[in-house]
Amino acid sequence: MGMASPLVGYLLVAALVFAIGLAGALTRRNAILVLIGIELMLNAANLNLIAFWRYGPHPETLTGMMFAIFSIAVAAAEAAVGLGLVISIYRHAKTTDLEQMNRMKG
Amino acid sequence: MGFAFYIVSALTIGGALAAVLLKNLVHCALALTLAFLGLALLFLQLDAQFAGFAQILVYIGAVAILVVFAILLTRGSELPKEGVFSKTWPAGLAIAAAVFAVLGWAVLRVAPWLPQETATPSVTVHQIGVELMGRYVLPLEIVAVLLTAALLGAVIVAMHEKEGAR
Amino acid sequence: MQEGIAFTPQVAASTIAKALWLVPALPVVASGIIAILKQPRRKAASGLAMGSLAISLVLALVAFGHVLAGWAHGAAVRETVNFTWIRVGAANVELGWVLDPLAAVMLVMVTLVGLLIFIYSTGYMEHDENYTRFFCFLSLFAGAMLGVVIANSILLLFMCWELVGLTSYLLIGFWYQKPSAAAAAKKAFVTTRVGDIFFLLGIVWLFAQTGTLLFYDNGAGSLEALALGGLLVHHAAWGLTAAGAIGLLIFAGAAGKSGQLPLHVWLPDAMEGPTPVSALIHAATMVAAGVYLIARVYPLMQAGALAGGTTTALTVVTWVGAATAVFAALIAVGQDDIKRILAYSTVSQLGYMMAGLGVGGVAVGMFHLITHAFFKALLFMGAGSVIHGAHEEQDVRRMGGLKSAMPVTFATYAIGMLALCGVPIFFSGFWSKDGILEAAQHWTVARTPFYMLAFGALLTAFYMTRQMSYVFFGSWRGHGHAHESPRVMTTPLMILAFFAIALGAIGTPAWPWFQSFLNDQPAALELAKFGEAEFLGLLATSAVIVFLGLGLGWWLYGNKSPKAEEADALERVSPTLFGWLRDRLYVDELYGATVIAFYAWWAKVADWLDRRVWGGIVAGVALLFRGLAQLNRFLDTNVVDGSFDKGCEELATSGGLVARMQSGRAQIYLRLLAAAVVILAAILIWSSRG
Repeated sequence: MGMASPLVGYLLVAALVFAIGLAGALTRRNAILVLIGIELMLNAANLNLIAFWRYGPHPETLTGMMFAIFSIAVAAAEAAVGLGLVISIYRHAKTTDLEQMNRMKG
Repeated sequence: MGFAFYIVSALTIGGALAAVLLKNLVHCALALTLAFLGLALLFLQLDAQFAGFAQILVYIGAVAILVVFAILLTRGSELPKEGVFSKTWPAGLAIAAAVFAVLGWAVLRVAPWLPQETATPSVTVHQIGVELMGRYVLPLEIVAVLLTAALLGAVIVAMHEKEGAR
Repeated sequence: MQEGIAFTPQVAASTIAKALWLVPALPVVASGIIAILKQPRRKAASGLAMGSLAISLVLALVAFGHVLAGWAHGAAVRETVNFTWIRVGAANVELGWVLDPLAAVMLVMVTLVGLLIFIYSTGYMEHDENYTRFFCFLSLFAGAMLGVVIANSILLLFMCWELVGLTSYLLIGFWYQKPSAAAAAKKAFVTTRVGDIFFLLGIVWLFAQTGTLLFYDNGAGSLEALALGGLLVHHAAWGLTAAGAIGLLIFAGAAGKSGQLPLHVWLPDAMEGPTPVSALIHAATMVAAGVYLIARVYPLMQAGALAGGTTTALTVVTWVGAATAVFAALIAVGQDDIKRILAYSTVSQLGYMMAGLGVGGVAVGMFHLITHAFFKALLFMGAGSVIHGAHEEQDVRRMGGLKSAMPVTFATYAIGMLALCGVPIFFSGFWSKDGILEAAQHWTVARTPFYMLAFGALLTAFYMTRQMSYVFFGSWRGHGHAHESPRVMTTPLMILAFFAIALGAIGTPAWPWFQSFLNDQPAALELAKFGEAEFLGLLATSAVIVFLGLGLGWWLYGNKSPKAEEADALERVSPTLFGWLRDRLYVDELYGATVIAFYAWWAKVADWLDRRVWGGIVAGVALLFRGLAQLNRFLDTNVVDGSFDKGCEELATSGGLVARMQSGRAQIYLRLLAAAVVILAAILIWSSRG
């Protein structure tokens, strides 16, 4: 056909979502938004995985799909723990502003 | 690329942008939900039905709710005085842009060699179940332990401390 | 004529010879016991000393009897007991003792005179607080002297010789609080030391040449034919054989001990010691040790002499002896201290003995030694009695008229004086001195010694008469009242006076028992000898000389008693000459200007060297080390510590600097992470573009 692979579109979308998520994690002050950014990044990676599974060789081995499924599970666990941590820190520091959390300053 | 792809992509990207840009955290959480939805649709488009539904169930049904709960518990709905973005936000933005640039560059470079349209794989749940119990039994068990640990950990971390221990 | 000692081969040692070592050992042991006794135990001290010497006397008499018996039966006795003391590699250091006629007569003389002086000392030193110490030293001296007498090994002889010198030092300086006494003791020791150096050289040379230390050793001894022959073959410098050179070296040692010119200077000063010391040491025994030594090594001195001739060594001995005799007699004329006159007299008589050994042989010299021992001890003890009676006065010009106040002392002293002058016939001194004069008259080398000795006899009579007149005649010029000495002091005087007369009998030409005994010849009684022309001629000559001297002395001094401040009679005759004589012919001054001055200068040089040069070097080394220590400390503090501290400081600072990079903010970390990933990815992609 001479057209570009359909994979390219998905990959670019994934890259863009990843970048957006990263930007959110790097620039926003609130800790929860950092977590949101991380979730976006994870999702973008999942999209990448699924896209390569669909258009790669041997999709019948389900490797990509399994990877993505496990990734979803782990991401969920991580989100739970992370948010629990944020809540705990909020209780202690009375704020979720990352700019004020520099107890590890050297 | 079909017209559906562009619509769904736009939804996803718009949702993501909204999630990181909005001032009100609850609005961010809702926008995130939208982004998750968009991604689920993309999964469906890629004939990964199980992954798509898992995405809806887990992310939208659990993670997003969790985020909303966390926002509510940390009074995130109140607007902070100094603003929502850090003082050095351009640096962060620049880095994110650089990341996108690198990733995009990589993709475009490889683009000519990427595979074309292939046959639709048929994936049954039965197959996934067989795979899980067969080849991926170890990761399955480890993920089970992980989830248990995460559960316990989250509970302990977020638990109210005893009155006398302060 | 001279006779050596030629003996038949030695016999095996008899019991008394084997026990002979007790004779010196007992007094030494007594001395040791007295030394550790709790002070003061006066009776015990003197008792021990006298008792041990008495036993030694008995043993000496037994030994003498044994030798006498052997001689009487025609079998000469020379018994030796030798043993090895140390083995050094292949060489043996041997010691041993000998019993022969020479040793026997000397043993009897020393123990007898010694015992009499010990008894005398109990009276003389009665009031001295160091009574016990005195007897300790005296006993040690007696033991050492007896050791010299019986020594068969030249090393043993030298050891006892040195011990004699040491005890003499201790006894001369007995009253050490007196500076003059301490100085005199030091002078005695140093002067005899000078002689002893040569003696030691002689010993070493003898040992090196002959290979043995023993005198008599069954034919292998150093005084026996084999060794002597070997010595004669070697030639030393100035035409001397080795035998002659060694003989002269040994004579140098004897000259020191026996006060020959020029080493006589210590003897008069030694009168600082108590009178019994002067009597024992400086009349009878120690000074005689030198003469005895020459007599003992006479075969060595005489080796190489042709029949009727003499050797270089003996010639030197003769001349030195004769010169000493005249020199000392001259000085004695000008002295005023009663003991000093006797001291110079001793020096003079020692000169006679040495000359006698040189011209006449062992018997001639030894006979005079024996007789002199008795009458000189008598004279010294008599002087002690006089000093005691005159309340510690020693200047003859403050005495006088004592013949009535101290009759016993006077009588015995007169006998001693006549014996010393050599008054003919009755007194032993005459016979012994005559023997020397006779031998000198027939000396083949020169006649001059004879004239010198005769002149000396004249002077002897003169100065003794002077002394007698000052002390016993005339009127009393001293303070207080003179009194006779106690019996314990006068009895020994009487015993000695007896011997001073009686001993003459054993040495007359008619019955030359002494000479025959020493020379292993039978002695026959030949009264006809008295009628020989030669004898009568010499008798007349001696009589003339003696009576001339006596007369001259009496004429000048007689019964007159000039006050101490007035000039001496002789002084009035010739003031300058008398002045020289009184000033002892300036020998001490000569030594002071030369030897002692040089020594003092050298001591200053050595001190400067020690303080400046060696001290400077030591100080320099010390400074160097201090400098090194400072440098070390500087390095340690600044370089080692400094660098270490600096390093730690740098680490801390840089750590601090690096730590400042930690903002503590998670977002910043995240940004850095992302940036790193970007760079890494870019690199990877860029590198794979091929």
